[in-house]
Amino acid sequence: MTEKIRTLETLRKIREKERIHLQLRLDDKISLTEEDQHMNILVCAGTGCTAGESAKLIDQLNEEIKEADLSDRVRVIKTGCFGFCQKGPIVAIYPDKVFYTHVKPDNAKQIVQEHVIGGRIIQDLQMFDTSRIDGSKIYDIDKIGFYEKQKRIALRNCGRINPEEIYEYIAVDGYEALFHALNEMTPQDVIDQIKASGLRGRGGAGFPTGVKWQFEKNQPGNEKYVICNADEGDPGAFMDRSLLEGDPHAILEGMIIMAYAVGAHHGYIYIRAEYPIAVSRLRIAIRQAEEMGFLGRNILGSGFDFDLEIRLGAGAFVCGEETALIASIEGKRGMPSPKPPFPAVAGVWGKPTSINNVETIANIAQIIKNGPEWYAEMGTERSKGTKVFALGGKINNTGLVEIPMGTTLREIIYDIGGGCPNGKKFKAVQTGGPSGGCLTEKELDTPITYENLIEAGSMMGSGGMIVLDEDNCMVDVARFYMEFICDESCGKCTPCRVGTKRLLEMLTKITAGEGTMDMLDEMEELCREIKDTALCGLGQTAPNPILSTLRYFREEYEAHILEKRCPAHVCKDLLTYSIDPTKCRACSLCARNCPAEAITGKPGKEVYKIDPSKCIKCGLCMSNCRFAAIERN
Amino acid sequence: MEKLNGSALATIDAIVARHRNQAGPCIEMLHEVQNELGYIPFEAMEKIAEATNSSVAEVYGVVMFYAQFTTEPKGRHVINVCLGTACYVKGAQQLIDRVQKLTGAQVNKTSADGLFSLDATRCLGACGLAPVCIIDGKVYGNALLGTNFTDEIRRIIKEERTTESAS
Amino acid sequence: MAEVHIKINNQFITAEQGDTILDAANRSGIQIPTLCYLKNVIRTGACRVCLVEVKGARALLSACTTPVSEGMEVWTNSERAIRGRKTTVELIMSNHNKNCLSCKRNTNCELQRLCAELGIRQNRFEGEHTQPTYEDASWGIVRDTSKCVLCERCIGTCANVQGIGILGLQNRGFKTICGPVYNGSFDDVNCMQCGQCVIACPVGALTEKEEIHSVITAINDPDKIVICQTAPAVRASLGEEFGLPIGTLVTGKMVAALKRCGFDRVYDTNFGADLTIMEEGSELLRRIQNGGTLPMFTSCSPGWVRYVEYQYPELLSHLSSAKSPHMMFGAICKTYWAQKHNVDPSKIFVVSIMPCIAKKSEARRPECETGDYPDVDAVLTTREAGRLIKMYGIDELDALEDENFDMDFLGEYTGAGVIFGATGGVMEAALRTVKQKLENKPLERVDFMECRGMAGVKEAQIDLNGEKIWIAIASSMTCAKPLLEDVRAGISKYVFIEIMGCPGGCINGGGQSIVSARKKHGTIGYTYKDRRMKALYDEDRFKEKRVSMDNVQLQKLYEDFLGEPGSEIAEKLLHTTYSPKKKFKIVQ
Ligand SMILES: Cc1cc2nc3c(=O)[nH]c(=O)nc-3n(C[C@H](O)[C@H](O)[C@H](O)COP(=O)(O)O)c2cc1C
Ligand code: SF4
Ligand code: SF4
Ligand code: SF4
Ligand code: SF4
Ligand code: SF4
Ligand code: SF4
Ligand code: SF4
Ligand code: SF4
Ligand code: FES
Ligand code: FES
Ligand code: FES
Repeated sequence: MTEKIRTLETLRKIREKERIHLQLRLDDKISLTEEDQHMNILVCAGTGCTAGESAKLIDQLNEEIKEADLSDRVRVIKTGCFGFCQKGPIVAIYPDKVFYTHVKPDNAKQIVQEHVIGGRIIQDLQMFDTSRIDGSKIYDIDKIGFYEKQKRIALRNCGRINPEEIYEYIAVDGYEALFHALNEMTPQDVIDQIKASGLRGRGGAGFPTGVKWQFEKNQPGNEKYVICNADEGDPGAFMDRSLLEGDPHAILEGMIIMAYAVGAHHGYIYIRAEYPIAVSRLRIAIRQAEEMGFLGRNILGSGFDFDLEIRLGAGAFVCGEETALIASIEGKRGMPSPKPPFPAVAGVWGKPTSINNVETIANIAQIIKNGPEWYAEMGTERSKGTKVFALGGKINNTGLVEIPMGTTLREIIYDIGGGCPNGKKFKAVQTGGPSGGCLTEKELDTPITYENLIEAGSMMGSGGMIVLDEDNCMVDVARFYMEFICDESCGKCTPCRVGTKRLLEMLTKITAGEGTMDMLDEMEELCREIKDTALCGLGQTAPNPILSTLRYFREEYEAHILEKRCPAHVCKDLLTYSIDPTKCRACSLCARNCPAEAITGKPGKEVYKIDPSKCIKCGLCMSNCRFAAIERN
Repeated sequence: MEKLNGSALATIDAIVARHRNQAGPCIEMLHEVQNELGYIPFEAMEKIAEATNSSVAEVYGVVMFYAQFTTEPKGRHVINVCLGTACYVKGAQQLIDRVQKLTGAQVNKTSADGLFSLDATRCLGACGLAPVCIIDGKVYGNALLGTNFTDEIRRIIKEERTTESAS
Repeated sequence: MAEVHIKINNQFITAEQGDTILDAANRSGIQIPTLCYLKNVIRTGACRVCLVEVKGARALLSACTTPVSEGMEVWTNSERAIRGRKTTVELIMSNHNKNCLSCKRNTNCELQRLCAELGIRQNRFEGEHTQPTYEDASWGIVRDTSKCVLCERCIGTCANVQGIGILGLQNRGFKTICGPVYNGSFDDVNCMQCGQCVIACPVGALTEKEEIHSVITAINDPDKIVICQTAPAVRASLGEEFGLPIGTLVTGKMVAALKRCGFDRVYDTNFGADLTIMEEGSELLRRIQNGGTLPMFTSCSPGWVRYVEYQYPELLSHLSSAKSPHMMFGAICKTYWAQKHNVDPSKIFVVSIMPCIAKKSEARRPECETGDYPDVDAVLTTREAGRLIKMYGIDELDALEDENFDMDFLGEYTGAGVIFGATGGVMEAALRTVKQKLENKPLERVDFMECRGMAGVKEAQIDLNGEKIWIAIASSMTCAKPLLEDVRAGISKYVFIEIMGCPGGCINGGGQSIVSARKKHGTIGYTYKDRRMKALYDEDRFKEKRVSMDNVQLQKLYEDFLGEPGSEIAEKLLHTTYSPKKKFKIVQ
C-alpha cells in the first residue's frame, strides 16, 4: 500500500520526482537529462474519442512501439477530453507539439514509423483549421485558433495529463492548494478568499459561491454535507463531462477544500449514469486519493476527516435542480421541494448542505493556490474569472471553449468557433439550454456576463451554446425545448406539469399550420404565469425559449400562422416534397432510401414520383438525390 | 407475470445485501438489478422496499420516475438515439425515422419480434459527434453521414435471422 | 416560542417562529385557499393554489410551505397572487374530467369550490388529458384518475397515518398518476380498505364503491324483507350530510328518515355490538382462564383485521374470533329473527349502514360464509345513506320528528354498544361486562375514563375482581404498530388490546361525512373527531342500561336460541376464521 502523505515535504518530493515525466508537456523549461527525454504521445480517451475507437488506437500504438523496440523512449499517455471531440480521436505529440485529428487505430503504424522514427509530420492527420483566416492546415498546438484565444483555467489539465494517474496531477501542483488550506488557513479564511475571488456558481443561477458556503458554515450542528452537481442535464453541453474525464482530481481537491470550509465530513458526487467513463475515472481518482491520504481520516495530517461517495442519476434532467438532486441521493423520486428552506439550512438528510457545480469546484484549488486577486482580475466587474462553454450545433469548430467573462459571443462563435459551416447564414445562438433563450446577430457583441445574458432574454446556464443557422426553424427549436421540458418535468406542480403541456400543444399547432394569432398572445401570457407560479427553477425558466424566440423571431411565428409556411423548411406539416420529372434520372436512390416507401418508379426507365399521402417528410430523398431533382416547398 | 427463477432471485438478494447499510441506497440497488437482469422485476422492488424500510409503491414510483429504469425486459439489441439539442439540430429526428423503419421498434419501445429496443436519450456528452447513436453500447458519431450504423443494424438483423432459421 | 412580526395584506400580525404564512394567516382569520396541503398529513407545495406575493421574492410563493420571517410582507389577494392562483386552477381544470353532474363529490368537492370562489368562467386551456385509469375491482374503493389533482393527500394519509404506503405517484410530468403499484387495484395490494385515503381526497378521484342501487332494488322488491341496521358512529356524522354542525347527534331523525325510505325494519347495530361483547368478553375470559393466546386483539374493525392478515399473519391467533357487530347482527337476522317471524331467510335482505368502507369487503369475505346466506347483503356508507335519504326526498333531516328503532327481538341496545364508534369504546364496553360478570354484581363505576380520549395509544391497568390486567387501545396503524411489534417479540405486557383501523375509531371512518381540508385547517381543526365522539358518549350517558350483558333482548336471544356465549351454534354463526394473505397478488 502507498504511504499516506502527511507533510508538505513529502508532497513536494513526489511532485519534483513526477514532474520530470511531464516536463515535456509543460511550458517551463527545465533541462532534462538524456534518459528523461521521452517522447510523449497523448491520446484522448474521452467519451467522444473513445467512440472513435481511441482505446484501440492506444493499444495499437503500444504494440507498434514495442515492436519497434522504442518502449524506453516513447510513452503513450491517455488523457481526458481535449474539448475538440468533433475532430477526434485526437493525438498530441510532445515535445514536438504536434496535434493530429481524426486518428484511426490504423494510423498507429504510420505515426510510429513516420513521426516517431522518421521524424516527419504526417500531412494527412493535420488539422484543417477553419478558424484561421488562411484556412490552412496546421499542426502546431500553440497556433490552433481554437485554443489560441481561450484562457484555460478550469480546463487547464484536460488533454494534458493522464486522469487515471494521481502522480501526474500532483506533478502539476495538484493537492498543494489543499495542503495550504488545511494547514495554513482557517475555514473562514478559505471562505473569505472564495468570496474575494468573486467566483459565482457555474451551474446556472450564478450565486456567489463564498456566500453560499458561509450560509452553511453558519448553521449549527456537526453533521453537514457537500455535494458536487455533475448531473449536467443540459442536452448538448459537456463541460462537466470533460472536466471529470480529464481532471478528476481537481474536482476532488476542490470538494475537499469546500468541505473543510463549511465543516462537512461527507460528500457526494451526483453524476449522470450516461457518463460511464467519467464515473470510472472518478472512482479511480477517489481510490487513489484515499490511498495517498487526501481523503479519509486526518487528511494530510491536519486532523480533518472527509470522505466522498459517488451517486448515479438515472435519467432525469430535473435532478440537476438541487432539491431534486437531494431527493435522488436519498433514493427517492427526483421531485424538487419549495425553497425556503434552502439546502444550506436543510439539505441531504435534512442537514446543512452546499451544492456546487463541477466547473465551480474545478476553480477552487486554483483560487486558493494563486490567490483571489489573480482570479478576480479576469472577467468583468460582476462576473469574474472564466467560463467554459460547449459550443455546438451549426458551427465549424464544435467543442469546449473556456474564455474570460466579458468575451463577446461574436468572438466565441467566429474567432474560436469558425462560424457556420457550409457557408450557411448564422441565425441565432441558444445559451442556457432549456432554461435559456435564443440571441440573434444583434446581440453578438454583448460581452458575456450573467447580467447581460439575462437582460437579453437568455441566461448563462451551465454553458451550453448551440449555434443555429438559416436551416433551423425557431418555432421548431422552441417546440423542441418545450417537448424536452414536458418529458422532463417532474410533474409535481400544476403550472409546470400542465402548463408546459399546453404550451407544447400550442407550439405544435403552430408548426402544423393550425395556429392563430390569438394563440401567440395566449402563449405569451401563459409563459409569464408559469414563470411566476411554478415550484422550481425548471418550471420557472421553462418558458424562456418561447419568450425569447417570440421576442426576436416573431415574424417566423407569423409566417407559420398567417402564410402557413415554414421559412426554414423544417416543420414537416408545412412541407411538400416532389420530384421534378425533368431533372430525375430514374436512378432509384431516393426510393431505396425512403423510409415510408412513398416513392415509386422504374429504375432507369420511368421517372420517380412521390405519393404525398405516404410521405412522412423526412427529407432523406432530398439529401440522397444526386441530381437535385427533389423539391421541397 | 412470470415467476423469476432462483438465480435471478439470488442476484437480487446479493445486490440488496451489498447496499443495505448504505444511506438512501434505493437507486443504487435499482441500477445494479437492471444491469444484471436487464430490467427491474417486481420481486426486486419488493425486496428493495423491505430493505430500505419503504413501501413497494414508493420503490415502484422511483422506477417509474427515472427514464433509465424499466420494468419490462428489453429487446435483444438496444439502440439509443441521442435527442439532445446538439444532436437534434443536426437531424437526430431523421436518425430516429430510419431506425424505426429498419427495426420496426417505436421510440422507447421494443419491436414486436423482440429484437430491438429503441430508446431516445438526452445527450451522451459526445455532442461534438452529433448526431449520435449507440448500438449495443458502441457509439456511432456523425451517424447521418455514411452508412456505418445502418449497416450494423442490417448486419444484426441478418445474423439473428440466420441463427433463428438454424435453430 | 419566539415571536415573528410580519405584515399580511398591510395588516400587522404576530406569528410564531416556525409558522408558515398559511398558519399565520389562518390564525388571523385570513383565508388562503389550498388544495394539496393537508394539515398533519402532508405538505409538499405541489398544487400552487395557495400562492401569495411576498415582498422581495422573484416569483409567487406557496403559503403552505413558506416559513414566516421577521419583517416579511405578504399579499394574499394582490392581483398578481389571484391571477397566479386562478391560472393554476384553470390549468388543473384543463386536465380534469369535469363531469361534476355525475360525480360523487358534486357539491362537496374542494376543486369545484375553488373554481366557484375564484370566479372561473371559462375553460381557458383546453387540451389533451392524461391517460385516465378507472379502476373498481375491489369491493371498497373506486379510483378514477381522470379526476385526480395529484395532491398526494391520499398518499400521505396511507403512508403517514396508516404507515402502509399502498399509494404512490407513478411516471412523471404530464403522465404522472397516483395509484397502487402497476396502476392496479386496491385488491392486488395490501390495502386494509380503511378508506382514510378516500376521506383525504379533495375530489372525486377516490370514492367508495356505491351499493345504493342494489338496496333500492331490494326495497322495491315485494318479496324481500329489507332490514336496515345502523352502526353507532353513523348517528354522529350523518347530520353533516344535511348541513348540521359537526357532532350533532341525529339518532332519532336518522331512524325516521330511513323508515321513510321504505326499509321494513330499522335496527341498531348496537344490539350486535352488545352481542359481540358477550362473545368476545367470554372468549377473553376463556383465554385467560385456559391459557389461550394472549394478548387478545379485538376484531370488530375489518380494516384492522385485513391489516393483520397482510402485515402480521403470524399474529392472527391473537385476534378474537368474534365477527364484527353488523355481521353478527346479520347472522342473527337470518336465523333467530327469521324463525321468530317465521319467514324464509332467503327473503331477508340485510343492509348495514356503516361509517366504514372495509365493511363492504368484509361482507364478502369467504371466511364469513358460515351460514347458508350471506350475513349482510349490502353495506352503505354514511355518505351513501345521506344520498339515499336525499334521493327519497328528505332534505331537511332536522325537520323530522325523532322516531325509535324497531323493537321486535333485536331492538334493545345498551350504552356500551353506542360507544363502539369511538376509539376505546369497545374496550370500555368489554370491561363493563367482563368486570360485572367476574365480580358478579352491578358495577359501581360504569365509566372507564382511562379508555377515552383521542390519543392514538392508551394503556391502563384494570382491576378485574382483584386481578390487575394491563390493557391497551390504539387507533390507526402507525399507532398500533409498536404494540404489534412488542407482541411479535413476545414482550407485550397487555392482556387485551383494542385496535381500530381508523384514527379515532369509526367516528372518523372512511365512510363518514367528509370534512374538508379547509375545516381541518380552520377553527374546527381536528376537533371534529372529538365532537363526533362526544355525541356518542352523550347518548351512552343518558342510556338507562349501559352494560351489554344487561340487554334483556340479548339475554332472551341466548335463552331461546344461542344458549351460552361460545356455544356450538354461537361459534357457527357469530365467529369466524382468518387466513394469512399475500401482500401482493401481482406476482402469483
Ligand atoms: C432544472 C434545473 C436543472 C439544473 N441542472 C443542473 C446541472 O445539470 N448541473 C448543475 O451544476 N446545476 C444544475 N442546476 C443548478 C443547480 O440547481 C444549482 O443551482 C447548482 O448546482 C449550484 O451550483 P453552483 O452554485 O456551483 O452553480 C439546475 C437547476 C435547475 C432548476
Ligand atoms: S416546476 Fe416542474 S420540475 Fe419543478 S417541481 Fe414543478 S413540475 Fe416539478
Ligand atoms: S421525404 Fe422522406 S418519406 Fe417523403 S418521400 Fe422523401 S424519403 Fe420518403
Ligand atoms: S434520387 Fe433523384 S434522380 Fe434518382 S430517382 Fe430519385 S429523384 Fe430521380
Ligand atoms: S371531482 Fe369535483 S370538479 Fe371534478 S368532476 Fe367531481 S365534483 Fe366536479
Ligand atoms: S351548474 Fe351550470 S352547468 Fe352545472 S347543472 Fe347548473 S347550469 Fe348546468
Ligand atoms: S384504504 Fe387505507 S390502506 Fe387502503 S390505500 Fe387507502 S389509506 Fe391505504
Ligand atoms: S387520488 Fe385524490 S387524494 Fe390522491 S392524489 Fe389524487 S386527488 Fe389527491
Ligand atoms: S375503525 Fe371503524 S370505520 Fe375504520 S375500518 Fe375499522 S370499523 Fe371501519
Ligand atoms: S473526447 Fe476526445 S477531444 Fe473530447
Ligand atoms: S446532444 Fe447528443 S450527445 Fe450531446
Ligand atoms: S401548494 Fe400550498 S396548498 Fe398546494
